[in-house]
Amino acid sequence: MRNASHFALALTLLVTLRATAADNDLDPLMALLAERTRGHVSFVEQNYLAVLDRPVEASGELLYERPDRLEKRTLAPRPASLMLEKGDLTIQSGRRKRVLALHDYPQIAPFIESIRATLAGDRAALEQVFHLAFEGSLARWTLSLVPLDAKLKAVVREIRIEGARDELHTVTILQADGDRSVMTIGSSIPP
Amino acid sequence: MTRPRVIWVVLWLAAMTLAVIVVTRAHYTADLSAFLPRAPSARQQLLVDQLRDGPASRLMLIAIEGGDAAARAQLSMAMAEQLRGNGEFVAVNNGEPVNDARDREYLFNHRYLLSEAVTAQHFTVSGLTSSIDDTIALLASPAGLLAKSLLPQDPTGEMLQILSQLDRTARPHTLAGVWASVDGQRALLVASMRASGSDLDAAERALHAIRAAFAQAQRATPGSAAGRGRLEITGPPVFAVAARNTIRHEAVRLSVLSTSLIVSLLLVVYRSVPVLLLGLLPVTSGALAGVTAVALGFGVVHGITLAFGITLIGESVDYSIYLFVQSRRATAGVADAEHRQRAMWKTIFLGVLTSVCGFASLLPSGFPGLSQLGLYSIAGLLVAAAVTRFVLPALMPRSIQIRDLTPLGKRAAQILRRARAGRLVLGVVAVAAALVLYVRRDTLWNRDLSALSPVSARAQSLDARLRADLGAPDVSDFIVVTGKDLQAVLRASEKVAARLDPLVSDQTIGAFESPARYLPSDATQIERRASLPDSDELRLRLRAATASLAVSAERLEPFIRDVTQARAAPLLSATDLERTSFAAGVDALMMHQGEQWAALLPLHSAEAGTQPSAAATNKVRAAVESAAPGEAVLLNLKSESDALYSSYLSEALRLSGAGFAAIIVLLLLTLRSPARVAAVVAPLVLAVLAVAAALLLGGRSLTILHLIGMLLIVAVGSNYALFFDRSGSDQHAGTEPLTLASLLIANAATVVGFGVLAFSNVPVLAALGSTVAPGTFLALVFSAALSRSASRQLSRTN
Repeated sequence: MRNASHFALALTLLVTLRATAADNDLDPLMALLAERTRGHVSFVEQNYLAVLDRPVEASGELLYERPDRLEKRTLAPRPASLMLEKGDLTIQSGRRKRVLALHDYPQIAPFIESIRATLAGDRAALEQVFHLAFEGSLARWTLSLVPLDAKLKAVVREIRIEGARDELHTVTILQADGDRSVMTIGSSIPP
Repeated sequence: MTRPRVIWVVLWLAAMTLAVIVVTRAHYTADLSAFLPRAPSARQQLLVDQLRDGPASRLMLIAIEGGDAAARAQLSMAMAEQLRGNGEFVAVNNGEPVNDARDREYLFNHRYLLSEAVTAQHFTVSGLTSSIDDTIALLASPAGLLAKSLLPQDPTGEMLQILSQLDRTARPHTLAGVWASVDGQRALLVASMRASGSDLDAAERALHAIRAAFAQAQRATPGSAAGRGRLEITGPPVFAVAARNTIRHEAVRLSVLSTSLIVSLLLVVYRSVPVLLLGLLPVTSGALAGVTAVALGFGVVHGITLAFGITLIGESVDYSIYLFVQSRRATAGVADAEHRQRAMWKTIFLGVLTSVCGFASLLPSGFPGLSQLGLYSIAGLLVAAAVTRFVLPALMPRSIQIRDLTPLGKRAAQILRRARAGRLVLGVVAVAAALVLYVRRDTLWNRDLSALSPVSARAQSLDARLRADLGAPDVSDFIVVTGKDLQAVLRASEKVAARLDPLVSDQTIGAFESPARYLPSDATQIERRASLPDSDELRLRLRAATASLAVSAERLEPFIRDVTQARAAPLLSATDLERTSFAAGVDALMMHQGEQWAALLPLHSAEAGTQPSAAATNKVRAAVESAAPGEAVLLNLKSESDALYSSYLSEALRLSGAGFAAIIVLLLLTLRSPARVAAVVAPLVLAVLAVAAALLLGGRSLTILHLIGMLLIVAVGSNYALFFDRSGSDQHAGTEPLTLASLLIANAATVVGFGVLAFSNVPVLAALGSTVAPGTFLALVFSAALSRSASRQLSRTN
């Protein structure tokens, strides 16, 4: 169960980064995404769970710095932080803080590697983990990532990212049990 | 043979027969107990028990190196599987989730008894709203997936609460499914012995089992990478077994070596096998008597005492040398022989008495090894001297044929005269030595208990490396909670934990462990159970509590069912823990001896790998002592044991001081002249100063064993000084070359006996040897150089 939650974390991490595309416009999209060196945006995430009568909302900020630092800072409903830095994953919620070495978690490693691959514009590395599908155009696109590994697929069915040029608009994670989360990326926060 | 002489021989034979019976039936041990002080206070006793039998004393850390990561992981899994089936171990951990399902089942099924959050307030409407809201918030967090599946049964989040209670300590890294070092170059396992750490036979069996399991795993694992794997094992049981083997091995090796050296020396001197055998008779009798006395006095004879026993050879062999040399003179028809012999015996007995005074000061020592040595030496010396005096003459042939030692004595006299010319040098030596001691006065004594440890530096560094790899730093701070039964101890542990929690929150300490986390006291369990409402009441409250929440009460029926079950469930006992990995945790943290129960709460410092600050320690101490006064104490293993050792060093200093004073009083009473006493004592003091200064200059700091060595210098050296003194006071004769020669041979035997010890791998033996061997030699030289008689006598020989 713990691995499953780590897995979800990794996915979240992944999708907060720029995604990739397929077909004709995939390579130009990746090149476009890779040009960015840093980012700081707000987000609002709706979690639709069968067990709940209405969705739970979380909000906070995403910080990214090329090539290997990424932080998801949740501010509401409870402060928590998830940070990837040079292969170490730090999870903090309340006073508890845990540092995980990425290579200790072989199920997460492919996703992190895919992040690195995306940032580097390395489509080949990305395709080792996901089946990629690209729709639309560079001006308005949808990228779908479907895990290749059956074990990973048993937890997450698909990750769908919508965006326009080098901006991400929404990241939707469809879980295998029908629950889903939709993260809407807000405006850039000035430094 | 005259009648009284026959009686002596018969008595001797009878006594020796009895001694042999006792010696063969005695119980011998070679564990580390001789190095562990007897502890006078209950707290110190606890500490010593910890070192001997505590959970830390049962841990074996195992590393697999070489090959590749996959092969190491395979070896680790195969080894762990075998060892888990071995009765010698209570737990074998390598990072595989072997007990995960059972562990989780235990925690989940008993969550309302285990969770520290369960109080009456927790189940009020507002308490339920707050905790369910927290759980819903969690669904939007990284841990969401876990929380989601638990929500219907556990909306108040007890399972997560328990996991966070338990998951407060660092875990090792995992590589290829098993624990590994941070750099990934070693696979790691931790095995916990079932037997107490002081059961060395069990430890040895466990070690064999680990090695066999590794070999078996290597055979069963295909591929050359597995074949390149190497095994390293460390931990207190490994040290203890290694120390025992070293002591056993050394006791035999050193005894054989020094005995054969001394025998060769005597053979060269006596040139007669029968005389040699006769000469060894007092030594053998003394050794037998010594072991008998220790066996009767202590119940158990320590191996190290036998090794120390060599020291006895050095001194008691002197007596027969004096006797033979003097008898030769008697048979040669030297006038006055009778008179001289009587005078000689007076001197020997005075020498024996001074030695006994010295050794007697060891008897009250807190170190069992030292008090055994004291008793052994006293019994041994008295018997050896008595056998030489009363039995040996009866067994000696009428005319004894030994080499004429006069030429040797004459040559020695010549050298000594030159030494006398350098008396001024002695003054310089004295001043220089005193200066060295003065300069180093603050670091004179090594107050670190590990100075006595027979564990090699290599083994210690391997141990430190593996501990660091496991992220389990050497836990040296822990709280010891004592009580009359299990429940009292658990209850007190909970009180302490309640005071420590705020200190964890404000980062004064990193974390602490407690057996009560896995097994709360009955009182706490009853309290928690009583705070659970019945099903109708809970349903009612839940409806009110969820009115404003995203989850409806109808979805939480599984929760109501579980709470209702928990209300009726029996309390948890130790047997419920069986077959979970928590059982080993509780076993490791609980101790039970007779009427006394104790729990250990190890502390982890806020910063991994660092010692907590003094301020932090004081805060913890204050918290602990106010939480459960009289029941809980904070112990720092290292500083406590060093303090304990330090107090024994001070004790030994006092005792040796008393021994030295007793020797002076004895000499004053017998010699009746302060000037003569001063002349006897001065060279001994000088020898001690010179040796101490030399050891310090050689980079050593002095331990309790060096101190004992100095005492031995005085005890043995006093024999030489007394001989020179006798010749000085005797109007008839000076120090004849013959006496000088016998002193030289006796001293050579002593130097050889102790010199061999100086090369021992056991630090206590090496310390003793490196002090006594040079010290006794210097005592002889200084005595000769400083004696008034020597000058007179030497001028006469020429």
